[in-house]
Amino acid sequence: MTRNPQLNRHGELQHLLTIDGLPRNILERILDTAAPFTEVAEREVKKLPLLRGKSVFNLFFENSTRTRTTFEIAAKRLSADVINLNIATSSASKGESLLDTVDNLCAMQADMFIVRHASSGAPYLIAQHLAAQKREHIHVINAGDGRHAHPTQGLLDMYTIRHYKGAFNNLSVAIVGDILHSRVARSQIHALTTLGVPDVRVVGPKTLLPADVQRMGVHVFHNMRAGIKDVDVVMMLRLQNERMQGSLLPSGQEFFKFYGLTEEKLALARPDAIVLHPGPMNRGIEIDSAVADGSQAVILPQVTFGIAVRMAVMSMLAAT
Amino acid sequence: MQIPDAEQLLVQLTEQMRPHVRPSTCLVGIYTGGVWIAERLAMSLNLDQPVGSIDVSFYRDDYGRGAPLRRDLRRSNIPFEVEGAEIVIVDDVLYTGRTLRAALNELFDYGRPARVDVAVLADRGGRELPIAARFCPAEIPLAVGQTLQLTRDAEERLSLSLIEAK
Repeated sequence: MTRNPQLNRHGELQHLLTIDGLPRNILERILDTAAPFTEVAEREVKKLPLLRGKSVFNLFFENSTRTRTTFEIAAKRLSADVINLNIATSSASKGESLLDTVDNLCAMQADMFIVRHASSGAPYLIAQHLAAQKREHIHVINAGDGRHAHPTQGLLDMYTIRHYKGAFNNLSVAIVGDILHSRVARSQIHALTTLGVPDVRVVGPKTLLPADVQRMGVHVFHNMRAGIKDVDVVMMLRLQNERMQGSLLPSGQEFFKFYGLTEEKLALARPDAIVLHPGPMNRGIEIDSAVADGSQAVILPQVTFGIAVRMAVMSMLAAT
Repeated sequence: MQIPDAEQLLVQLTEQMRPHVRPSTCLVGIYTGGVWIAERLAMSLNLDQPVGSIDVSFYRDDYGRGAPLRRDLRRSNIPFEVEGAEIVIVDDVLYTGRTLRAALNELFDYGRPARVDVAVLADRGGRELPIAARFCPAEIPLAVGQTLQLTRDAEERLSLSLIEAK
């Protein structure tokens, strides 16, 4: 059996590429490590010296303001030098290949790459390339690749759930919306099942669910009322208009009618259920404003926890 | 070697500190032993401020040199205003001084104290940095590889024991 490419020979996290295949103890370790980082935001000087002198490159081949910003804040709070490359508008558009770009940045003494790419597997390719060049000291974090994975989003969602619910082993969790195009959903499902959530549900229209989704160990619902009945956690997904090709959906209004989270539908979940959303929200499409701004929504705490979780991941990688 | 009783050392430490502290003096314990000692000191010295605690893992100078981040990281908690405060950092055993260097760096990220002193139960020698404890009831010179370990039992009694390298 070949080694998980994310782990070094001592079994420590070397890169974070996907949650799929990571053992439970590593996921728990990341969540445990994130907890003390939440305190840094309350200090006068919001900085720790762990990545002082390190160069972190944000390599965004696909636009994303929020994810890039939270990675940037996390790296800066760890005292790293952060270089943002918006490749969507730079050398790649002049024809430079992905690995040529990486080689050039290695020549600038990069220590860590945060990679967002429209193609599934791009961060893997970079990690493999670094290994082949004996540059194992350079770390790669996947910040979202195609439809494949968005591991730090999945981890910050787990941190949020654990913060409000305490444990995973007695929860019912529903993931609602466009599962098909969502790398977030895939990372969430792997994380929830690995952490021992007994009841993971996916809720959405047939056209927006992957054909083999049952094999991931989830219960499938096409009716939202049945799907969120008595759940402890509702994880809404963004309707990814920009990834839609053809007519998978009649219209946004139609989607909202059947799969939009309203107060009336949320009342079917447990009274203490929490509502998560990875952002950016389409109000009135997948979530009603009354819910998004309501007392059960934990959408803004997700953003705050996301910084601590990303600080934890970066610190764990850079320690090896 | 005779290792002194930790409870007696704590009494001596308390009496060393008593003439030099005021009710407004703030104590910051370094996890884990330092926090135990700081809590006891705050009680017997009748200090007004709640005890702070620091986990120096994020400030250690050996981070990134092979060892992974510790598993049981604790959240640092400074429940008083550091700016202008008179602070005593409390640890169990003073050795290389690197832990105290890390604690000082962390403390200054919360503000600029008026004064910082150091209190420990014992100094085992082997300093690698120009750091000394103002309050220290015992000097117990040890060889490299030996460790002086503080433990606390169910009745919260402290004791010191010598651990030899394997």
